[in-house]
This record gives sequence, C-alpha cells and structure tokens, in this order.
Amino acid sequence: MSPEKLDLLQGTLDLMVLQTLIVMGSMHGYGIARRIEQVSADEVLLNQGTIYASLVRLEQRGWISSNWGTSDNNRRAKFYSITSAGKRQLAADARYWERLKEVMERVLAMDKSAEGADA
Amino acid sequence: MSEVMRVVKRLWAFLRREPLDDDLEDELAAHLQFAIDDNIARGMSPAEARRIALISIGGMDQARYKHREARGFMTLDIFKQDFKFTLRTLWHDPSFTVVAVLILALAIGANIAVFSVVNTLLLRPLPFPNAQQLVWIAPPPSKCGMSCATYSTDAYDEFRAASRSYQDVTGYFAFSGSDNLSLNLGSAPTPATSIDVIQNFFQVLGVQAQMGRVFTPEDARNGAAPVILLSNAWWKRQFNADPNIVGKAFDMNGRQTTVIGVLPASFDFGAVFAPGTKVDAVTPLNLYGPPRDWGNIITFIGRMKPGVTLSQAVDEAARVAPKMCWNNKHPETCGDYKGGVVPVPLKDYIGGKLRRSLIVLWSAVGAILLIACVNLSNLLLARAAARAKEFAMRGALGASRGRIVRQLLTESLVLSGMGAIFGFMLAAVLVEWLAHQGAIALPLLSTLHMDGAALGWTVLIAFFSAMIFGVVPGLRMAGGNVYESLKDAGPGASASRKHERIRSVLVVSEVALACMLLVGAGLLLRSFMNVLKVDLGFEPDHAAAIKVAYDDSVPNDKDGSLSAQKRGVIFQQIQNRVSALPGVEAAGFTDYLPLGQNRSWGLPYPKGLKPPQGLDGPLVYVITPGYMRAMGTPIRGRDFVWSDGPKSEAVVMINRSYAQYLSNLGAWSDKDALNKPLGSGGGPDLHIVGIVDDVHEENVDGDAGWQIYYPATQANPSGAELVVRTRMNPASLAGAVLATLREMDPKQPANEFRPIRLLVSHAVSGRQFFMLLVVSFAGLGLLLAALGIYGVISYSVTRQTQEIGIRMALGASAGHVRGRILTSTLRLAFIGVAIGVGASLAGAKLIAVLLFGTSPWDLITYGSMALLLLIIAALSGYIPAFRASRISPTVALRTN
Repeated sequence: MSPEKLDLLQGTLDLMVLQTLIVMGSMHGYGIARRIEQVSADEVLLNQGTIYASLVRLEQRGWISSNWGTSDNNRRAKFYSITSAGKRQLAADARYWERLKEVMERVLAMDKSAEGADA
Repeated sequence: MSEVMRVVKRLWAFLRREPLDDDLEDELAAHLQFAIDDNIARGMSPAEARRIALISIGGMDQARYKHREARGFMTLDIFKQDFKFTLRTLWHDPSFTVVAVLILALAIGANIAVFSVVNTLLLRPLPFPNAQQLVWIAPPPSKCGMSCATYSTDAYDEFRAASRSYQDVTGYFAFSGSDNLSLNLGSAPTPATSIDVIQNFFQVLGVQAQMGRVFTPEDARNGAAPVILLSNAWWKRQFNADPNIVGKAFDMNGRQTTVIGVLPASFDFGAVFAPGTKVDAVTPLNLYGPPRDWGNIITFIGRMKPGVTLSQAVDEAARVAPKMCWNNKHPETCGDYKGGVVPVPLKDYIGGKLRRSLIVLWSAVGAILLIACVNLSNLLLARAAARAKEFAMRGALGASRGRIVRQLLTESLVLSGMGAIFGFMLAAVLVEWLAHQGAIALPLLSTLHMDGAALGWTVLIAFFSAMIFGVVPGLRMAGGNVYESLKDAGPGASASRKHERIRSVLVVSEVALACMLLVGAGLLLRSFMNVLKVDLGFEPDHAAAIKVAYDDSVPNDKDGSLSAQKRGVIFQQIQNRVSALPGVEAAGFTDYLPLGQNRSWGLPYPKGLKPPQGLDGPLVYVITPGYMRAMGTPIRGRDFVWSDGPKSEAVVMINRSYAQYLSNLGAWSDKDALNKPLGSGGGPDLHIVGIVDDVHEENVDGDAGWQIYYPATQANPSGAELVVRTRMNPASLAGAVLATLREMDPKQPANEFRPIRLLVSHAVSGRQFFMLLVVSFAGLGLLLAALGIYGVISYSVTRQTQEIGIRMALGASAGHVRGRILTSTLRLAFIGVAIGVGASLAGAKLIAVLLFGTSPWDLITYGSMALLLLIIAALSGYIPAFRASRISPTVALRTN
C-alpha cells in the first residue's frame, strides 16, 4: 500500500455517489462520504466537503433527489436518493468504466513480445 | 437534456443564492455533527473529535466554494460582488465619480445626439413605405435654380407615359411661396402656406390620410370643387384638432374649399422637400388648367417598380428625355430636356448634400469620445496608483491577477454605464430641442427622435469606451509586481517613472486630438465668417418684406394689358401710402425675394444673334419702381418708372454677370449692355434700361447666377412681396404697414413682416448649425484636454513633493520650480500640438469641401489654434506649478 492516496479522476466521484445511493438507498451527505471512504478502504483522497459539489451537480441534472429528514440518532439532515434517470445514467456510466478498465488493463499488460509479434 | 436543465437550475440558483446558502450551511453543520458524533463514539475527546472532523471535511470554506461553483455561475457571482464593491468604492469617492461620470455623459451624450442626426439623415430609410423605390428626377445640378430642376406639364405627361420603370410618377408645384393661402374665418384673414401637388402624390409616396382621404384624379379636373388636405400641425393649431373637420368648407383665397382629410403627423412636407419651411396644407394641382402654359413648374418624384434598379431607371430616362417637349405646341422645344432627366434616390437628393458635414460631425464627436476616454484612463491611472497598495495586498492574500483586472474593468463598465445613462438623457433633451428647430434649413429635422438604434448605439459606445479607458490602467495594475508595488509607496520613487510615461503619452494624444478638433472648428468658423461677409448684392439690414394680397383681374382682358394697368395702380397706391409712413425710406414690390424661390423664362439674347442650345436662362423677377432702392441694390442706368406701362416700350434690368456675358458676344461695339435691345423669342424687344449688382438668389456661399428684372406693369408677377426699407428696426413698422394694407384692402391677411436679414440667416442656418456644433465640440475637447493636462501635472507635482522640497532646501527659487514644471507641461503640449497639426494637415482634405473662402491649410487658423492650445496647456500647468512653488521645504521633507 503506497502512502500516497489516490486522486479522484474527474467524474468518478459522481459515479461513486450514484452507486452508493443505488446500493444503500436514501442517505445523507456524511453517510455517503463515509461509505465511499469505507469501500475504498481509505485509499482515495476524499475531502468530505467536496461531496456537496457533486451532490448539487447530480441533483441539478435530475439524477438524484433530496429532502430534509431525521437520522437514526434523531438529527435533522438532508437525505438524497437516486431517481430513475439517475439509475439509467449510472448503468451507462458503469458500462463506460468497465470498457475503460478493460482497455487500460490491456494497455498496461502490453509487453515486448507483443511489439515483436507485430513487427 | 439534463445539461439544459442544469443551466436553468444554475441560473435559478444564482438568483436565489441566500436560501440555497442557508440550506448548505445547515447541511454542513449536520455533516460536522455526524462526524463529531462518530469520532466521539470511537473514543475521542470532544475537542479532538471536532478537530479530526474538520480535517476530514477538508475545510468548510473550500466545501462551500466548490458547492457554489457547481451550483450557480461563479462568473456572475464575481461580477455581482465586483459590482457591489465598485458601487461602494465610487460612493466613497464622490468627487472622482462625479467628474468621471460627467465627462463620460457629455462625450456619450454628444455621440448619441449626433448619431441620431446621422441616423435620421443618412442611415435610416425615409419615412415612407419601401422608400428605397423612391427617386427624385431632375437634371444634374445647374445654376438656374428651381426652373432648371423642374419640368413642364407636357414633359410630365410624356415622361409618365413613356417610362416603364415606375409604378407611377408624381410631382409638386415648385413655385408656391409662403403665406400663399388666406384663410377667412369671418374676422381678419389668416395667412397659411399650402403646396400644390399632382393628385397621385400621396399614393406614390405611400402616405395615407389620418382622417378622411387623400386626393383622387377627380379633385384635379377642370372645374372640380376646391378641396384641401390639412397638415397635422395646422389642423391642431388652427382648427383645434376638430375631429369632425372632414367635409367642412372654409373660405380660402376667396373660394369655399372643402377639407377632405388630415395628414398624419409623421408626414411633414417641409421637413422632406423644403427644409426650414412649414407647409400647412396641400392642394391638388390641376395639370390641365392654367398651369399648362406656365413652363417648367413641376418637380418629378417617381416610385420604381419592384426589381427595377436605379441604373435601369437612369438608362430609360436618358432614352425618354429627348422625346419630352417643353411645350407640345412648339415642336422646336422637343428635346430641350436631353441629358436633363436623371433619377437619383430620393434619399440622396434630400440628405446627400449633408453627407460630408455629417461625417465631419461624426468624426468630431468620435474625437470627443476618445479624448474623454483618455481623460478617464488618466483619472483611473491616478486612482489605481493611489490604490496600488490595496491591490498589492489583495494579490498577496491570493487574488489572482485576472481577478484584479476584472475588478478594474467592472469599475470601468459601471462608470461608463452611468455615463451612458446620463448621456442618453442629455442626448434625448438635445434631440428633442433639435426636432423643434424649424428655422434650421436641414431636412428631416422634425422627424428626429431617439429610437432603438440610438439605444443600441449607446450600449455599444458605453461598452467600447469602458474597454478603452479601462484596459490600460487594468493591465498596468495587474502587470505590476506585488513586491514592487508594496515597496513603491514613497513619493518620487523611480518605479513610478513608467507610470508617468504612460500618462504623458495619454496627455500627448489628448492634446493632439483636441488640436485636430480645434483646427477643424477654426476652419469652419472662419468659413462662416467669410460667408457672413459676402456681398449679397442687397442690404439685408433695416429692411423687411410682407406678402400682399391684390386682385388685378379685369373681365374680358384679352392681352393682360388691362390687368397690368390695374396692378400698376394698386401697387403704386400701396407704395405711396407705405412710403408716407414715418421712418420708411423706400418701398417696392417683387414677386420672389432673393434666397428663396426662383424661376426662369428662357434666354433673352442680343438682337440678331441666335441663342445657343442648352444654355440656362437668367432667373426672372417681376418688380416695381423703388424695389431696388428698398433692397439696397445699386443700379447703373435707370430704375423702372410707373410710366413703363403695357403700351410703352418693353424694358428690363439685368444683373452685372449677365450683362457681362451679353456684352462679350460681339453684338455691341462698345461692349456695354446698357440701353441695348434684347430679342425675346417672339415677344417685343426688351430694352435694357439698367444694370444692377449681382444678387445672391439661391444661396449665400455660391456664385450669383444671371438675373433679369421685368416691371410688374409689363409682365405678370406670380405674387407680391412688399419690401420696405427703414431707418429703424423693421419690426417696429410691422403694425403700421399691416394696418395701412388692411385699410386699403380688408382682405389682406395678417401675413408675417419678415426682416430681410432673416432670409439670409435662414439661408446660412445649415452651415451655422454645423459650425456651432463643431465649435462647441471643439470647446468641449479643449476643456477635457485642459482637465487632462491639469490632472497629470498636478499628480506629478504631488508625487514629487519631496524632491521639490529638497531642491528648495538646496536653494532653488520658487520661480525656478515653477519654470521647471511649466517647461515639462509645455513640452507635452508641444508634442501633442505638433502631432495634432500634422494630422490636421493630412486630414484637411476631408473638410475642404465644407469650407468657404478658407484654405484647408489656412495658416492663421492653424497658428491661432496651436497658440490657443499652448496657452490653455500653460494655464492648466500653471496651477499645479504655482502650488509646487509654495511648498515649504520643511513640510515637504516631513511628508511620507
């Protein structure tokens, strides 16, 4: 494990938030942030505060919705849940990431023999 | 789709920022609390739990900033912030704000007002539907006046029938004078001005009556009942905007005339076709009545068919012209119009002559705007310098360079915006005032108004000037190095030299621009003074004219000699009575006054010689004995006498130019036209009894043409203007003259007693108008330049207080200090004047055609304007120089 945490790529946080919401159901901002930190095993560098920029972006696009509610420990908080448009978007984004992952794996698996074979 | 939604929501978020911010605050507070709770649950102390929670949030402010960035439009937010900040800073510096806004308001206001004039006269189409189809059909400009710009009724019929390019051709009677209509409502007759138009006039122009109808062919038939169309203004003024006026009949010129309609306010005959005159009513011209034999009386206006180009119309007119006859009964006059029928766009005819003046005017206000921008630049630079520390501090605290430039540009925009608002109001006042200057002989003036285009122009120049005057200080500030600025706080530090250089460049360009304006204004002013000095051929002061109604009709008068006799008696009686009034030196009648309308009757030629083809005849005036004396025109030979009657020898007087031309034809051995006979093409020989001075009959600034004078007892005048010369102010005679006329003829309308000087003023009013505008713009430019010089010099004096203190402590005298500052001021001014004079010399061609009797490289103008600028520069530099010389060394050295 490297001591440096991973920087988040542009757009990845939005995808993580959507995925968290589809799995966990309705959640507040702190809960989402904690959940992402836990799942990533504290490998990503996430300033929890940045989650709110992501949330407002997603909400303005109509992919998530929000309303104020009360948490388990009786605190008022804003709860977010994914909309059906958000689910569609998540499916599309997830497919994209799968493809990108495969391509990256292939590129990184490239070795000298492949180069020689082509030549 | 989702992106569009997002933009809308972001905009919405920008507009209702506060509730959203509150929401975020609550959310962040909840977040923090959750985190603290969790951390405490893990066994941390409350303080430690809070610290760790804040760390994992990664800074509350960053979270807020990122959220807002995603939520709304940061750019707009920043602009709003900058805007508020700007308003606050400007509010705290009222003197700067007032001066800056005032300068901008004057410059922008002048620009908008001139733009409105240019827009009305040059850019906007004429106030008629499909105005681009309208053409004015006339010969190329010549010197025989309206007679050569008009056609006979036979020519009209032929042109209309033979041309295929037009939907229709119309025209109006070009020779009706003012006050030619006498409205009799029971008491004393009221004078008014009407114009005769061909019945299809309004159809061709596309003008509808506001009430009632326009003319039909029936209105212009022989024996048709007299009808009249009222102008909107006259209807309101004379008839109290009577809504039931249509169908009512009034006694006009002794005939019951029915009002058939009221013209819309948007149609002003005078504004379009006769600038500077008011036309109260329009009457139909009967082409088949007496005007048939009046010769050239009709102007042509055509509306081209859609799709017909101007060059097609021009070609066709050139083919049709040779077929047109002056009079169908005289075949030898067919072809007289060859080469004399040329359509030009009506708009060019109306506004074309002013194009150059307007361009000069536009350049002048453009220069004013540039000077104002330079001034503002200077003011802002001085301010920016004073605020250098503030900006350096902001930079040190993390404000990016772009952010600071944006702040400065916002300030510029706010300033120019405020300037534009006040400028627009100023221009609105100016334009409103101009629109009511009926006496200025400029076309379309009464249609002047502020419109969307003017508003657009305002926004454009406000933006443009903000960029110009904001960019230099903005870049200057932002380009500065934080450390340098913080360090460069003391006076006289060398880093400010760069600053000073920019400011010097600005002052030099300002002086150069002002110099160009001044030279231009000086040349126009000198031209105008030359125009006023022109020998008009008559004495305009101490004389006035009034239109007199008379009835010389005699039943069964075969050859007009009886009515000529009757006319002679009427005129002589009137002249005798009026001459007997105290203070009257001379009186006489003419049918046309100089600088007004005119006409010609062909070319009388020495007997025995054949007149050449295509030469324009002299302008004709029908006058009575005494007229020349009343006008102050000297005669060589003799004046007409009352005994020059219809039965005696036909006599004429001619002007000097015409006499000179005739004398050099070789018919007369002594080369003197006096007492020689002229053949007049069929009529009796005309005996030249007098030769008079050349009278400026068309304009003051042109050459006088040829004139011929007939006695009213032998030729038929087309009206009667009584000219009275007096030792007193002519206005004081008005009552007595009118009373006398009334006494002799109760039907005499209360016509205006117009000073002859007024005719001259009217004739030069267009030139005067432009001259005054350019001169006032130059004055404004000079003032702004003086302000600029003063600002820069006094600023540099302030910065050098310490240095001056040291110099004085070391023994420099007050005079020495003053001299040094004055020298540097004058050096800047000299450079500016040199550049300005150079540019003026190069650009003088632009203004050359507008000058009169003045060279565009007139040494006196250039010299005096350069001197004036240097003096003003010296004065504006002297105030700070004087202040500097009063600096007490001890005080100066203590500053900092």
